Amino acid sequence: MSVLLWGVLPYFAIVLLIGGTVWRYRYDQFGWTTRSSQLYESKLLQIGSPLFHFGILFVVIGHVAGLVIPESWMSAMGVGESAYHVMALVIGTIAGVGTLVGIAILIYRRRTIGPVFMATTKNDKVMYVVLVGAIVLGLITTALAIAAGTGGSATAESYNYRESVAPWFRSLFVLQPDVATMAAVPVAFKIHTLVGMLLFAIWPFTRLVHAFTAPVHYLFRPYIVYRSRDARPAPGMTTPRRGWDPVGTKDRESAPARTPSRRS
Amino acid sequence: MKVMAQLGMVMNLDKCIGCHTCSVTCKQTWTNRAGIEYVWFNNVETRPGQGYPRRYEDQERWHGGWTLTKGGRLKLRSGGRFKRLLSIFANPVLPRLEDYYEPWTYDYANLIDAPLSDDFPVARPKSLITGENMKITWSGNWDDNLGGAPEMGHLDPIVEKVRREAEDKIKFEFEKTFMFYLPRICEHCLNPSCMAACPSGAIYKRVEDGIVLVDQDRCRGWRQCMTGCPYKKVYFNHKTGKAEKCTFCYPRVEVGLPTVCAETCVGRLRYIGLFLYDADRVTAAASTPDPQDLYEAQLDLLLDPNDPQVIAAARAEGIAEDWLEAARRSPVYALAKKYRVALPLRPEFRTMPMVWYVPPLSPVVDLLRDQGHDAEAAGNLFGAIDALRIPVEYLAELFTAGDTATVSDVLHKLAAMRSYMRDINLGRDTDESIPAAVGMTGHEMYEMYRLLAIAKYDERYVIPKAHEEQGHDLEEMGCSVDFDETDFGSAAFGEASGRPVPVAVETFQALRQRQTTDLIRAPEDMRGRVNLLNWDGKGVPSGIFPDDDGHKKASSSS
Repeated sequence: MSVLLWGVLPYFAIVLLIGGTVWRYRYDQFGWTTRSSQLYESKLLQIGSPLFHFGILFVVIGHVAGLVIPESWMSAMGVGESAYHVMALVIGTIAGVGTLVGIAILIYRRRTIGPVFMATTKNDKVMYVVLVGAIVLGLITTALAIAAGTGGSATAESYNYRESVAPWFRSLFVLQPDVATMAAVPVAFKIHTLVGMLLFAIWPFTRLVHAFTAPVHYLFRPYIVYRSRDARPAPGMTTPRRGWDPVGTKDRESAPARTPSRRS
Repeated sequence: MKVMAQLGMVMNLDKCIGCHTCSVTCKQTWTNRAGIEYVWFNNVETRPGQGYPRRYEDQERWHGGWTLTKGGRLKLRSGGRFKRLLSIFANPVLPRLEDYYEPWTYDYANLIDAPLSDDFPVARPKSLITGENMKITWSGNWDDNLGGAPEMGHLDPIVEKVRREAEDKIKFEFEKTFMFYLPRICEHCLNPSCMAACPSGAIYKRVEDGIVLVDQDRCRGWRQCMTGCPYKKVYFNHKTGKAEKCTFCYPRVEVGLPTVCAETCVGRLRYIGLFLYDADRVTAAASTPDPQDLYEAQLDLLLDPNDPQVIAAARAEGIAEDWLEAARRSPVYALAKKYRVALPLRPEFRTMPMVWYVPPLSPVVDLLRDQGHDAEAAGNLFGAIDALRIPVEYLAELFTAGDTATVSDVLHKLAAMRSYMRDINLGRDTDESIPAAVGMTGHEMYEMYRLLAIAKYDERYVIPKAHEEQGHDLEEMGCSVDFDETDFGSAAFGEASGRPVPVAVETFQALRQRQTTDLIRAPEDMRGRVNLLNWDGKGVPSGIFPDDDGHKKASSSS
């Protein structure tokens, strides 16, 4: 069971995340959008959306700091265990609560503003459940840590995830999942991790994909974009390249004189 | 000097009768889909009026277009790149749907389905956004023909400004009322701020003809372009989550046809043609410090298509001869630069708009006629233009950033043309002092009259076709000899997998296969078409002759 949860599932999630993103990028550029509903309603969005997005950005940074950067490196940089925890708890709590409040406003808006609710798909609803689940569970783990911290003594809840969850997370990427460590982690962390994996697994198939095309290059590109007519390959104009055409090629009907068929 | 070609349009506002045919045909062609019910790529506004979306010109509020920094550099009015990215999660200055209008339809089914009753069934308006019953309170041209002007006239940003400056209350009294129509499409600017605002880089300007388009695949719905465009001519499709805008009917102009709005214009007031401009100097021109100099700066960018130096530079840039010829015959160049009667809309936004307007003389003429004067005598007209402060100031705000002298010059030219042509029409001797008074010769004046008044279809629309051979280049990317014929049809996933085979390559395998196979190409492969390029004369492929009396030609083969 542990092997399945912490040795197999993560890879499923990763495969779905990467494979799904590649697939969607290739086949659904047109559907790749924020699907903004600001045109319908702006006031609540002005509060909720920045709160949520900036919050989640800090949450992401926090996760990177906690999971990807080994504790030893952090210590080498002069950030000790206690300093890290205080920082993580303070920033994490602020960012997490901001995120939660933000998404609460957004969901309230989505439910109560008629046009916005009408523009909400089933896909969105499922995504919201998983996303809110991940955020709430993440906050619960933080809350538990705080509760343990104020308790003073190192109880079972005061858990240093950088000695368990983080090494497991890193071990996934060297293809030697440290299942045993993860199996010993408190339940709250486990559930949060599982929901997180679920979130990443469905990510490419939801509107969340817009995060992957965050327009950072806007800071560097020239203001005026010139492009030649039909520079993009159209059917029958594709640049010869390695790889294979999608099954049931879309240019089948319009392509001029391709290969003669071997079928009758 | 980097010469580039730009398709431009001129609209002669004197001829616009406000019939909205252009808007309707454009809507039928481009924006009759779900998600853009409220969108009019082409709209006709009555001026004075708020326009569509309401008060779009008020950049204090909408932050559209460019502004100059203290150092004199161009900057988006809505802020620098970093600031824009920070506001990406909730655009602070996005027009609301109410600023356009809430689109609706009518419950026509009720007219048929309503149960029998004493009352007539009615088709109630239903919102296309919520599906609920709604009260119609605004639309794309709600203030058409000065409708509601007594109450809402002051909401026109220009009226507001002119009044403030005149410090007297211009009342929309009947006798003082003037109005004209302003059809608007995307300006296809040389220095488009929508493009500069797009975080994804999805909006681009076509190298060949300068048409500004949104790449629907690259647009991610950040909706910054809507703020960036000071004319509010980029719209958000709320169903697809992508920005859409006027395309200058590029599929039509590529084959030499005018845009739908121009083609269907009842008053024949639109002109389409080429400008050649110097792309290297666009930013400098747009950075001109004094907004009132922007018009001249913009004219300066337009290059004389008869200048040998320009022609040589254009050839060096690969602009084809037929395009250069079209540029020489361009009606828009003639109206904008040669006769200088067409003016850009709101040049102070610094986007270098490429849809130009011949300002209307009719408010002046109408007023003179109504007052019982001879509205075609040069002296009367000239005097009236100078005396009629309000229309001229209003037009100046619209077209020259408030420079009344330029607008007055244009109106003088139009007035001069009227009275000069009257003499010709009445068979009287022409009075050469009239054109001379506006710095033109009689011949020039006549030519201008021809272009403005009686130009035929092919004089109004001088649109060179897009070059198909360029498309062909793309199709056969690179040298076909480089093609590795062993790849033919043998990729891992069977036929149609692997690299596409260049059309021109007669591969060994293809030939052999055709020569040795028992069967000819199955007709369903080609959907009834026969590819003669690959037909080797064996048998008669079905479809090679028309299929008369339902009898399929035998597809026997040796």
